[in-house]
Amino acid sequence: MQDKIYQYLLLTGDNAMILGHRLSELCGHGPSLETDIALTNISLDLFGQTRNYFQLAGALTTDNKSEDDIAFLRMAHDYRNVLLVEQPNKDFAHVIVRQFLFDSFHILLLKELTNSNDQQIAAIAQKSLKEVTYHLDFSSEWVKRLGAGTEESHQKMQDAIDFLYPYSGELLEETPIELEMKEMGIGADLPAMKTNYYNHIHQVLEEATLVPPETSWFQSGGKKGIHSEHLGFILAELQYMQRAYPNMNW
Amino acid sequence: MKKEWPIWEVFIRSKNGLEHRHVGSLHAADSKMALENARDVYTRRSEGISIWVVESKHITASNPEKSGELFEPAKDKVYRHPTFYNLPDELKHM
Repeated sequence: MQDKIYQYLLLTGDNAMILGHRLSELCGHGPSLETDIALTNISLDLFGQTRNYFQLAGALTTDNKSEDDIAFLRMAHDYRNVLLVEQPNKDFAHVIVRQFLFDSFHILLLKELTNSNDQQIAAIAQKSLKEVTYHLDFSSEWVKRLGAGTEESHQKMQDAIDFLYPYSGELLEETPIELEMKEMGIGADLPAMKTNYYNHIHQVLEEATLVPPETSWFQSGGKKGIHSEHLGFILAELQYMQRAYPNMNW
Repeated sequence: MKKEWPIWEVFIRSKNGLEHRHVGSLHAADSKMALENARDVYTRRSEGISIWVVESKHITASNPEKSGELFEPAKDKVYRHPTFYNLPDELKHM
């Protein structure tokens, strides 16, 4: 039982960590000072959430793992994040669309988790919800601004949508752990969010004069530990310090 | 991008009862983006509970070259300061 909640916490925590890392790569490289700081703020919010999940998860382990052990010392196939969040920062359009597709899901997830039977999970969700409400506001506004902006910004956004949209399905895919957690009243009901999720996305895209690609096929694998090549590179950078200098701190 | 975003001035109120204070400026394409940017750039360390933004071009500023005629004449009018009253001893913090 403890182990299942641990696995469930990884499913939520890893998304926040890997997306937080992707955004942190933009620190000092954002398209303008203002967006640079905005994206870094979002990154820090996500890392804060990651810490909450991993501290809770660590307490459930028999060998008393620390949040750093969980964050830095797993193999790639032990990470449970969706493929969407590990996709690279190809350009600002990709960064914004990835964020938008994730935020739109994240807010629905957290709203459900505030009702979790597990009070600690409910408390983390409650705290994170305010942050994520802002994230969604930020990314939605940028989707509209760039989609309905210039011909060039529109095209870049449409390209990003075409590329990233097929990664959205995995967010709502229910793994056996998630099914079990749902039935116990601890986890969220992912399939039930589907209508709300796509309604919201399509509504914003329409305002942005962008068109979702016609696809019934979705990428998946991350939640089962089958990742794209990108995760390996992310982990190489992320884990280097802990691997080279075990237990280092500063 | 060839066209630069316009500059906005940012005013933050740190808590209820205090006034909004000018804290700096930033670039943004529209007022909504200016508010978002102000939130992200100027309130990261809990500096405020309210933000005003105004596009810099809407501010009319006094001309520094005219500071002589604008501000010098007030300098020798000390009687405009309420420093000539005898205050009772019970009155503190004045």
